[in-house]
Amino acid sequence: MSDEATKPSGTVKFLSGNEACMEGAIAAGCRFFAGYPISPSSEIAEKMSGRLPRLGGKFIQMEDEIASMGAIIGASLAGQKTMTATSGPGFSLMQENLGFAMMAEIPCVVINVMRGGPSTGNPTGPSQSDVQQCRWGTHGDHPAIALSPSTIREVFDTTVACFNFAEMMRTPVVLAMDEITAHMREKIIIPQAAEIALVNRRKPVLQAGETYYPYEAGEDLVPPMMNFGEGARYHVTGLDHDRTGFPSAAAEIQESLHRRLLDKIEKHQEKLLLFEHHRTEDAEVLVVAYGSTARSAKRAVEEARAKGVKAGLFRPITLYPIPEKQIEAAAAHARRVVVPEMNLGQYKLEVERILGKGPTITGVNRVNGEPIAPSLILSAILGD
Amino acid sequence: MSKRYEIRLAGSGGQGLVLGGVILAEAAAIFDGKNATQSQSYGPESRGGASKSEVIISDAEIDYPKATHIDLLLLMTEAAAEKYLKDVPETALVVADLDLVPTPIPEKLRSVKVPISRLARETVGKEFVANIVALGVLRELTDVVSFESLKKAVLARVPKGTEELNLKALSVGQEAAREYGGKTTAH
Repeated sequence: MSDEATKPSGTVKFLSGNEACMEGAIAAGCRFFAGYPISPSSEIAEKMSGRLPRLGGKFIQMEDEIASMGAIIGASLAGQKTMTATSGPGFSLMQENLGFAMMAEIPCVVINVMRGGPSTGNPTGPSQSDVQQCRWGTHGDHPAIALSPSTIREVFDTTVACFNFAEMMRTPVVLAMDEITAHMREKIIIPQAAEIALVNRRKPVLQAGETYYPYEAGEDLVPPMMNFGEGARYHVTGLDHDRTGFPSAAAEIQESLHRRLLDKIEKHQEKLLLFEHHRTEDAEVLVVAYGSTARSAKRAVEEARAKGVKAGLFRPITLYPIPEKQIEAAAAHARRVVVPEMNLGQYKLEVERILGKGPTITGVNRVNGEPIAPSLILSAILGD
Repeated sequence: MSKRYEIRLAGSGGQGLVLGGVILAEAAAIFDGKNATQSQSYGPESRGGASKSEVIISDAEIDYPKATHIDLLLLMTEAAAEKYLKDVPETALVVADLDLVPTPIPEKLRSVKVPISRLARETVGKEFVANIVALGVLRELTDVVSFESLKKAVLARVPKGTEELNLKALSVGQEAAREYGGKTTAH
C-alpha cells in the first residue's frame, strides 16, 4: 500500500465531481467496485480501477450493468462496502437487481450520472431526467433513497452519506449526479479521515446455540446483518420471505415484509434528509432546485433580491425520501413556486403533491443538453 | 480581480482545450488562491467534433459555473468562430489562431490573431502542445493568472517526460503574445 494511495485526507485539490466521488467512496471504506464504464460516469470507474488495487480492494470491469449490480450485491453480502457507477441506459439495466437488493436488504451504492434519455439519448450533455427512475425504477412498492449534490465538495460528502445510509438502512442508495456536477472541476478540501463519520452495518449478537434469523428486525426495523462466511448459513431471495430468508406465501408474512421495507425508511427519515435553505425565511417566490441547476437558481435568487423581489431557494440534497415538511416550511410565505430542472417536470410533480393548491407552481424545463441559465430562472421568478 | 472573469476556450476535440482549461483554472484556484471552476462540453467523438472548455475565475463564491458574459475567448477553429463570435460582448478580448481561423474578427471587438498551432508545430516541435502555447498567449495578454502559477499548474498536469517541451511551449506563447498582440490588461 503506497503512501499516495492512503493520502486523501486534509488536502486541497482541484477535482471533477467524478474524481471527488471516487475519493468519497474510498474515504467511506468502499473496497469493491464492479461496473461497466459509460459516459458521463466513466471517470469514476477509471479512477477506482487505479486506486482500489493499491488499497487491497477489488475492481472488476463487468460484461454489462446487470452483472455489475449482481457483483456488488454478492460482495456486499460477503461484508464489503460496494459501489457501481453508470448512466441512464445502464441504470435502466440495473433496475431488476436494484429491486433484488431492496427486497433482500443488501447495502450497496449506485452512482448514476444522468444523461438525456430515453434509450441511449444524449451521452455527453447534462440532464436530470432520471429523478423519477431513482424513485420508481424497479417494480413493486419499494423503498428508495437518492441524493443529488451541487458542488464538488458535496459530491464527496454525499458519496460518504450514501454508504452510511446504505449500511444504516440495509438498502441500496443512489447518488444522482448530472453531467455538470460530474465533470465540472473546482477546489475541494478533502477532510481528514478523523473528521468523517462512518456507519457500518449492525451485526447480530448471538448466544451459543442461538439460531440467526437474517430477516428478523427489532424495533429499529433494520435486521442485523451477518456477513457470509462469518458463522451462520442463511438464505437470500427476491421472493417474499419470512425471517429465515426462505420464501413464504403466507399472507401476513408478505404484508408485514412489504410494510417493514417502507416503514424502516419512514422511521429513520430524519437522519436521511439533507437539504439547504437559502433566503427562504421571507420568500414570496420560492425556487426548488437540486444538482447543478441549484447553482443557477442561487444566482437567479440573488439577482431577484437585487431587484427587490423576495425570492428564496430550497435545495433538496436528499431527493428521496422527500423533505416534505421542509419544502412546506420553505413555501410558507410563497405565492409562487418555481421548479427548474433538466427534465420535463419530474420533481415538480412531487412539489405539486406536497404544496397542493396553495401557491402557483411553474416549471422551468430544458431537455436540449444545455444547462438552465440563471436568466431563465430569473424570468420565471419575476413572472415574465 | 474581484469580479467574475469568464473564459471560453473553443475548438475541436483533440486540441487539448479541456486540459488547457483545467490547467488555467488550477493555476487560479490552487496556485493563485482564488476560486475557479472549469467545465466543458464536447461530443461523443474522442477527436474532431466541437469542443468547448469554460473557466470562471472569481474572488467570490462561484454559483453558475458556465459562461454568461465572456471576458476572454480563444478560438482554435473556424467552426468555433462561427458559433461563438455571435454572443461575445464588446468588452471581451478575442484570441484566435491565425491559420485555423481565417474569418476576420469584427472590428468592434478587441482581438489578436496568433499562429498558435504553427508555433507549436514549427518552433516548439510538436503540434499537440498548441494548447499550452495558447495558455502562454492568454496569460501574457490578460494577467488572468500569474506566470509562476501557470507554470506550476502546467508541470502538475502534463505527462512525465514532457515538462521541458511544455515549458518551452509556454514561453513561446508568451513571446508570441508580445510580438502579435502587445499588452492588454484584464479588467
